[in-house]
Amino acid sequence: MSTHTPERAERSGTDVAAGPEAGAATRPETGLLIIGASQAGVQLAISLRGTGFDEHITLLGEEDHRPYQRPALSKEFLQDKVDKENLIFRSQQYWDEHDIELVKGARIVRIERHAPAEDGRRDGSGVAVAADGTRYPYRRLALAVGARARRLELEGAELDGVVYLRSADDALALKARLGDFRDVVVVGGGFIGLEAACSLHGMGKHVTVLEHGPRLVGRAVGEDTSEYFLRSHRERGIDIRLEARMRRLVPGTGERAGSVAGVELEDGTVVDAQLVLVGIGVVPNTELAEQMGLAVDNGIVVDRHAVASDGTTVAVGDVANMPNPLPGAPEGERIRLESVNNAIEHAKVAAYSLTGRQEEYAGIPWFWSNQADLKLQIAGLTLGYDSTVVRRDDAKGRFSVLYYRGGQVIAADCVNAPLDFMAVRAALGKGQNIPAGAAADPAVPLKTLVVDRTAQEVPA
Amino acid sequence: MPTIHYTDAAGETRDIEANVGDSVMETAVRNGVPGIVAECGGSLSCATCHVFVREDELEQLPGMSEMEDEMLYGTAVDREDCSRLSCQIKVTDGMELHVTTPETQV
Repeated sequence: MSTHTPERAERSGTDVAAGPEAGAATRPETGLLIIGASQAGVQLAISLRGTGFDEHITLLGEEDHRPYQRPALSKEFLQDKVDKENLIFRSQQYWDEHDIELVKGARIVRIERHAPAEDGRRDGSGVAVAADGTRYPYRRLALAVGARARRLELEGAELDGVVYLRSADDALALKARLGDFRDVVVVGGGFIGLEAACSLHGMGKHVTVLEHGPRLVGRAVGEDTSEYFLRSHRERGIDIRLEARMRRLVPGTGERAGSVAGVELEDGTVVDAQLVLVGIGVVPNTELAEQMGLAVDNGIVVDRHAVASDGTTVAVGDVANMPNPLPGAPEGERIRLESVNNAIEHAKVAAYSLTGRQEEYAGIPWFWSNQADLKLQIAGLTLGYDSTVVRRDDAKGRFSVLYYRGGQVIAADCVNAPLDFMAVRAALGKGQNIPAGAAADPAVPLKTLVVDRTAQEVPA
Repeated sequence: MPTIHYTDAAGETRDIEANVGDSVMETAVRNGVPGIVAECGGSLSCATCHVFVREDELEQLPGMSEMEDEMLYGTAVDREDCSRLSCQIKVTDGMELHVTTPETQV
């Protein structure tokens, strides 16, 4: 995927003419090789230094940028409220001082694992081979390889002007085009799609969102929240079409041949678009894990310690399929979480694993999405909820939904209601409950309703 | 250059030269100041960049928004009168600010 020239290994010195790519460089062996320099990989390196891990760490990034934060790409960065420098995780001085070697533009295409010992056990060491042939020997390996944007499979999807928004390069390319279009179609009514739609609408663009499903953000929030977002965004002037069926992307004519001009729907109507932004989810990057023979099932399968099926490789963040970390979650329930909070917490657990401390991943997942004037904060996971309570205060523009399973609150979607979000997150963290009955009155602070779970379970 | 003095809960201080326009949170994170997590990267969603501002320096800072005020009720260590979210404090020309980071942010 990478089109730039990878940074060659001039710092490693020796060119070892071994292996299939004669002349390619071999780096000195590193204690821990982290493949992937986004949120989870970066956090793993940082947390390891915090836990006393003193071996050399090499952090490999595929992109030609210093490691940066992604969430702002569809929001503040697109809107020019922050620049690239603001998104950089750490200064170079930090990496140097902590003996963490950062390599940009390194795309690993193959892992060569060292043979098992006589007793059949592997010690976890091997060599990662980059696209340019550079070899990175390691004693332990961490896969923080994330996920990539799911591609649109439709006639015309290769036209110029069809863009994705996953990386800084994507965002820079999109920003460079801002002057060239008036009409944009956003394909996908999930978080990325809606955040980008709001950003572009705020810049005066004419925005149409085409969502294939029956409601917005269907994967992450409940129906009431979907409905709230639908109404709010329509009121601000974004054209949102649910259950939209696309037939093809229509090319322009004359000077605009080869560029997208619109989206044709199955009923024959064409929605004008000089830009089509696709936000239809992600695909976990499991290719390296598969090649290594690790268990893969919608992500790299890991245990509660972030360890993959070989018992030694750790996998963290978006790419990991792990046991549901929510305390009290049904035994055996597995999940793959795409969030900053998960990348951070999961990396911390992996750092403990790598230093021999067996901490299980347990926590209250949380998410946020800022869309124009709507600040959505989600606490917990809605998996398996059986009832909801809606708290709504239109005068103050606040809206929350609490989710319950068997009378116990398990999650909340909170829009412009940080106090609700905080109360639910804290209650979940302490194993407490917020009984459904009184929670519907938005005038009552949720904090005052919290009860211990055990007390609530005693029959009246 | 503006300087931010970060003191951790144990009393150890780090003095960081800051760029005008960056936030007190960004300055901390980029330099690896422990005690500031900033999960949300400054979009006022997580309350993990909580700091205590030295009392006599509080006045010179711009006031806080209602959202910041409410988020402060969710910090890991309870808020005090001098609590702020460091992502909401912009570094200004000549700023000399002393902040203390709480024992934990999560």
